[in-house]
Amino acid sequence: MKTGIYPGCSLNGSARDYNESVFALAEAFGLELEQVSDWNCCGATAAHNLNKDLSLALPARILALAEKNGMDEIIVPCAACYNRLTLTQTELRKDPELRNHVSGIIEMDYKGTSGIINVIEWIDKYITPNLEGRIVIPYAHKVACYYGCLLVRPHKVLNYDRPEDPQSMDLVMSKIGAEPIYYPFKTECCGAGLSISRTDIVSKLSGKIIEDAESRGAEAIIVACPMCHSNLDMRRNDINKYWGKEFKIPVIFITQAIGHAIGLTDKKIGLKRHFVDVKIS
Amino acid sequence: MARIGVFICHCGENISATVDCAKVAETIGKLRHVVLSTEYKYMCSDPGQTLIKDAIKEYNLTGVVVSACSPRMHEPTFRRACAEAGLNPYMCEMANLREHCSWVHEKNDITTEKAIDIVRTQVEKVKLNYALQPIKVPVTRRALVIGGGIAGIQAALDIANTGHRVVMVERSPSIGGHMSQLSETFPTLDCSQCILTPRMVEVAQHPNITLYTYAEVESVEGFIGNFKVKIRKKAKSLDEKICTGCGLCTTKCPQKKIPNEFEQGMGNRPAIYIPFPQAVPNKPVIDRENCTYYIKGKCKVCEIVCPTKAIRFDQPDEILDLDIGAIVIATGFDVKHADFFPEYGYGKYKDVIDGLQFERLASASGPTSGAILRPSDGQVPKNIVFVACAGSRDPAKGIEYCSKICCMYTAKHAMLYKHKVHEGKAYIFYMDIRAAGKNYEEFVRRAIEEDHVEYVRGRISTIYEKNGKLIVKGADTLLGGQPVEVEADMVVLATAGVANSGAEELAQKLHVSYDSHKFFAEAHPKLKPVETNTAGIFLAGACQNPKDIPDSVSQASGAAVKVAGLFSQDELTREPLVAQVNRMAPPLYSTCVGCFLCQPVCPYQAIEREEFKARDGKLIKAVAKINEGLCQGCGTCVALCRSKSIDLHGYSNQQVYAEVMALLNEY
Ligand SMILES: Cc1cc2nc3c(=O)[nH]c(=O)nc-3n(C[C@H](O)[C@H](O)[C@H](O)COP(=O)(O)OP(=O)(O)OC[C@H]3O[C@@H](n4cnc5c(N)ncnc54)[C@H](O)[C@@H]3O)c2cc1C
Ligand code: SF4
Ligand code: SF4
Repeated sequence: MKTGIYPGCSLNGSARDYNESVFALAEAFGLELEQVSDWNCCGATAAHNLNKDLSLALPARILALAEKNGMDEIIVPCAACYNRLTLTQTELRKDPELRNHVSGIIEMDYKGTSGIINVIEWIDKYITPNLEGRIVIPYAHKVACYYGCLLVRPHKVLNYDRPEDPQSMDLVMSKIGAEPIYYPFKTECCGAGLSISRTDIVSKLSGKIIEDAESRGAEAIIVACPMCHSNLDMRRNDINKYWGKEFKIPVIFITQAIGHAIGLTDKKIGLKRHFVDVKIS
Repeated sequence: MARIGVFICHCGENISATVDCAKVAETIGKLRHVVLSTEYKYMCSDPGQTLIKDAIKEYNLTGVVVSACSPRMHEPTFRRACAEAGLNPYMCEMANLREHCSWVHEKNDITTEKAIDIVRTQVEKVKLNYALQPIKVPVTRRALVIGGGIAGIQAALDIANTGHRVVMVERSPSIGGHMSQLSETFPTLDCSQCILTPRMVEVAQHPNITLYTYAEVESVEGFIGNFKVKIRKKAKSLDEKICTGCGLCTTKCPQKKIPNEFEQGMGNRPAIYIPFPQAVPNKPVIDRENCTYYIKGKCKVCEIVCPTKAIRFDQPDEILDLDIGAIVIATGFDVKHADFFPEYGYGKYKDVIDGLQFERLASASGPTSGAILRPSDGQVPKNIVFVACAGSRDPAKGIEYCSKICCMYTAKHAMLYKHKVHEGKAYIFYMDIRAAGKNYEEFVRRAIEEDHVEYVRGRISTIYEKNGKLIVKGADTLLGGQPVEVEADMVVLATAGVANSGAEELAQKLHVSYDSHKFFAEAHPKLKPVETNTAGIFLAGACQNPKDIPDSVSQASGAAVKVAGLFSQDELTREPLVAQVNRMAPPLYSTCVGCFLCQPVCPYQAIEREEFKARDGKLIKAVAKINEGLCQGCGTCVALCRSKSIDLHGYSNQQVYAEVMALLNEY
């Protein structure tokens, strides 16, 4: 089984900490992760709003490359990329004519043979079964797992976890000693792409998530999406200003939380890169 | 020499839109022995039938093939037409061009080719048909009504009042069903108990009705007019004849914390209990699962206190064998509960309740004596939100259908709330207001205009608790999808109506079909809404789909008429399409070798043993014999018989072989 990785733009940019922690975990558990060669943008939020062909061709090219690289599956840590890629795979599987059409555009054969997994599926498959004896600093804190919108929706396409009250991150976190809380904002919108155009809306929406998690005693928000992370972490100053409060709760990628629990250094898992200070005891 | 007439129906455009009927008629007309091949727009209509009848006489036809819809639909129609023209009805066959061809294919040459092939098989078959005579069977004039809700009650009373005997089987300790739990009923707001309980009593006292509560159908065999039903009467652990229903035992039972089903869990009951004060019969049963004696081996407090010594701890379940002529299924429905909705807190929040729970709160006989008090702390809710379509009309929840009753009962709930809490505020979040019924729209208008219930068109995305309030988040789609947030003290979910528990098992016992939501299926959605696909078994009430009381009652009366109609006949005629073991002159008697392998495979226990004996009584040969009354013509025995001694009338080996050969041969 050959597992590849498609990092997408954010893991090389704003979410380098995420990237570092994924690779740090891979190394710690002896897992090979080869990048899809010559990868391109997945289309993100822009392509599918503008042009259907483009929105399918971009992910299809990535998937075709993965096939060419002989990858049986690729891990896609960014929830948005994961969503776009899976959607494309589903659409093209349903409609052979469309598949031929898109293959024509990308000038590459696309068969749909490489599987797509998100970071939690990757953890569930390769890391949690081997956790025994590896945990040196149990993550003994109350945490609010925040899934956002793209990891679990649309359910019909992704068929992953429960769309209303997802549990997969909560389960992983409890395996490393954390106490996940029940709170109603697990899948509420963080403001997403408005991060750049309407920071006020992001401040309002992300602020609600943070406020609720903090008020229910969470000591950290756990995420698996670069966009969620940047809205909840990078935009914290704006959020605090908007709400007139001093929210201090850190926002941690699930891979960082595991990395910390198995004793990797803060630097190795990118914990030093956050805007909101992370101090895990 | 066979003289076959073929009649090709367009079924309006249902067939002719994709099949070239003229070409089919022309091609078939050239086949050997076909003396007439013609087409018509509606063969089942009066002119269509006349066409067939006239042709039979004019062409002196010996066989007829009607190429139209499914035989399920119109085979009886066309067979009757043939009989009226003097042809034995079983000389008529149907080729299904609609369900098997035109509906499932696109318009092109291949579709027409397939249509021709289908008709050809029936032409070849009908040449081998032979005249058959209907079988006469007796009718047992006693009906079984399963379920004692308002639908079952109505059906039982109506049948009983025509002078026929009825057995009612209800699985809970009392009859009454969901209606007995309701407070007041739309669209008139009359008290549910007041209109229901007199009927319950009537059932118990009617000389023609035998009531078995705490009982279930164990098995059903046989066929229309002649069902053999086994009923399991669960042990009530009590001698009903001696018990006076004083209820002393129920006050002394040490088990007091069992969630009360009748109060939808909003109250407790003891292990020996009468479900509600107006229950019929008004005598207790012991719930053995929760009784201290059955759990720990000691207690028997009820036995000690019972003044008439009616308690029977060692009472076994009783199995009754009944001969039944017709069955009415009236097992009702259930509703989803708050725990079905993760987005509304899975039933974790005490003050998020379902509609039935609200009925109990609003009911004068309920846990709060009719005061609207929220379950968590007994306070009067000042802000109350009703959520319509909770789960219904939501493919993501697996429930695509409209539950039909909730728009109306939600309006009723909001109204009842406003009548009791004048200063309170009631919101209803809805998708559409479906109030199509006599005086229904007017009822909803009253809620809006006179009682000032605030209707907000939009769905609720989530409900959560914060600082002691329920935060209800949704959208107002009439204000361009603007987000709405209400801080509520209590939320009532109009949860989807679903099939009752055990419906699937019951359907399988009765051999009747059910739909993908496990509601019982009617024989035809428009023309046979009370019949099932199994002759002699009828439907009444919400077991078919969620319905309100007027609809349940009307259907129940419909079912009762069907039963009475059946019972008005001295004997029933059955299709002679049954299996037969061949017979011939002695000394062979039959090619049957008497292995009786067919006996265990027959699902209807229709295979008997016939013995041929010499004058001195010595057995010469024992062979299989089919009971025509029991045989359902499934053909299982035919396939199994090693000596090919069994054949099925109407589907003989020769006939089926001819059909297959027709497909294989060029024409
Ligand atoms: C919250 C709410 C409010 C409502 N308000 C109104 C209203 O105001 N006006 C109105 O017209 N309608 C109202 N309805 C609808 C009304 O409840 C139904 O129309 C009615 O109860 C249907 O009657 P039924 O006899 O078909 O089914 P049910 O009432 O469900 O009765 C079925 C009976 O069959 C029994 N049973 C089930 N399975 C078996 C089995 N296997 N063997 C033996 N017995 C079995 C059950 O125990 C039950 O006694 C309301 C419904 C709800 C949920
Ligand atoms: S024996 Fe059972 S039913 Fe009777 S009083 Fe004891 S617990 Fe109650
Ligand atoms: S009756 Fe009204 S509330 Fe109930 S499912 Fe239909 S539309 Fe929704």
